[in-house]
Order: sequence, then C-alpha cells, then structure tokens
Amino acid sequence: MKNEVNAGSMADIAFLLLIFFLVTTTIDVDKGVLVRLPPWSEDEPETEKLNKRNVYSVLVNANNELLVRGEPANIDQLRENAKNFIMNPQKREDMAETPQKAIISLRNDRGTQYKTYLKVYNELKAAYTELRNVESQKQFQKDFEFLNRDQKKAIIAEIPLILSEAEPTDFGEEN
Amino acid sequence: MGKFQKKRGASTPEISTASLPDIIFMLLFFFMVVTVLRDSSLMVDLNVPQATELTKLEKKSLVNYLIVGKPNAAYRELYGTKPRLQLGDKFAELTEIPLFIEQHRQKVQERDRGQINSSLKVDGEVTMGIITDIKTQLRKSGQLKVNYSAKPEVQ
Repeated sequence: MKNEVNAGSMADIAFLLLIFFLVTTTIDVDKGVLVRLPPWSEDEPETEKLNKRNVYSVLVNANNELLVRGEPANIDQLRENAKNFIMNPQKREDMAETPQKAIISLRNDRGTQYKTYLKVYNELKAAYTELRNVESQKQFQKDFEFLNRDQKKAIIAEIPLILSEAEPTDFGEEN
Repeated sequence: MGKFQKKRGASTPEISTASLPDIIFMLLFFFMVVTVLRDSSLMVDLNVPQATELTKLEKKSLVNYLIVGKPNAAYRELYGTKPRLQLGDKFAELTEIPLFIEQHRQKVQERDRGQINSSLKVDGEVTMGIITDIKTQLRKSGQLKVNYSAKPEVQ
C-alpha cells in the first residue's frame, strides 16, 4: 500500500489560482505629479514686496489660454521660456536675478480645464527638473534623480522650486 | 581501476514533474502579492491627463484617493452631470473631506502619518473650481502632500 497523496493535480489547482490572479492583476502603479500645498491659515497672507523681474507669472484663463508675464503665450514654449527666465543666461534686466530668487506664480480661473492646468504645472515642473539635471551633471556627472540625499539638497538649494498659486478668479465655472 | 557500468539500452529518463507545482506556486505567490484588488468601483467617468514629471506612489496603505469626475452612465440620472467627488465607494460632499482624511490617518501608524499622500484622480475635462475647493479642504485638514494622478505621456 502506498501512502502517497497524488500531487499531480496540485499543478492544476495552482494553475487555476494563478490564472485568476493573472486576470485580476493591475500592475500599473499609481503615478502622478507630486505637489505640496501651502498650509492653511485664516489670516491674510503677508504681502511680500517682490521685485517684478523675479516673478514669472503664468495665468491660465477659462478658455485655457495662457498669459505669461502679461503676454499671450503658447504652452509648447512654456518650458523653454521658463528655463530661460530662471537661469537668465544673458543676464537680462527683466529676468530673474538668480535662480534662487526666481518665483513662479501660477493663477487660474475656476473655469480652467484641469487638463490644461496640469499640463502647465507639468511644464513648469519639467523646466526645473531639466535645470536641475543640467546642474547635477555639471557638479556630479549624474542625473538629479540618481544623486544621494546631500547632493540633492545642494542642487535644490541652488535651484529651488518656488511656485506660488494664487486664489483663482471666478470665471467660467460650469454649473 | 574503476569499473564503469555500461548503460544498457537507450532508456530515456522521464522528467520529474514533481517540482512543477512548486514553480507554479511561486508564480502564484508573485501575482498574489502584486495584485491590487480594486476596492472601490468607479462611479464617475475618469480619464486622467498625461504628464511627464511623474512620481510613483510607493506604499498603497499610505495613500488615500479622491476621485473627481462626471457621474457615469449608471449614476447620471440620480446625480446629474456636474462633476462630483467620490470618496471610497460613494459620492461625497466636499465638507466630508476632513473626516475622510482623519479616518484614514487613524488607520495609519503614528510614525507614518507624515508620509500620507492624497492622490487626486481627476478627469481631464473637469474645471478647476471643484479642484480648488478640494485643495482648500485638504489644506484645512492639514493634508498637504498631494499627487495629481496622471498617465505617462506616450511619445
């Protein structure tokens, strides 16, 4: 008499389970644009006097049109223009004194489409990412994301991302 | 002198299939671990925009999801077509956000509470009005780490 359990069907059972999990699996990890909101405070924020040349104001209106520093602009050029503004390689009078002083001011209407808003935000963030990559290549011969903590800190101190979002204006909200 | 036994006949040895279940089990466990059973079904039309500057959301237990979009076909009659917020598996008012955030916070260990992310899954067609209000609510509840959910851009 053989006291063995037939393990031949074990594979079949395992296969069945395997197929079930294969079908129900969604491996796509959640990804997104990471943002840090400013803390809430009841009182009016202190208005800081800023030198106009250091502020890169971007306005997205309810028609999803872009107004950059008072002039209509195209979203495709936003990244390059922002990079140019932040680094100011030609030392122009009307652009940021230093990257540390550059401030991006983003404002939208309540009727702005989320898609457009995120695209603008993405472009601005991308401008910073590219600048940081250039800087870290120069200093450490590596891309920013591969740096260690201290190196990252050094680069961030050099090119900080300062993005302020103003309260939106009440235009074009759908009902 | 060594003595070698000559094999007689060309008998093909059978491959043992005894380890097959083990291999399959290994695969099975892999898929079990990576599987995320969708715990809340979508009640809105959701098509998140594309972006390039993406950050991965690492720990699922440290993420809470706020879904915004127009109610889908099944709920349109009841809730209309105005974009609405879905928390968990039901529609919610914006004023319920602080409670929702707090409830999730309670479930998380104290030392991890600073790392909680809010994932905003928003349909691309939604206007910014509701998003702004949600952001205000999140700020009021002290939940400042926000992740605008997006798909990687296809070139």
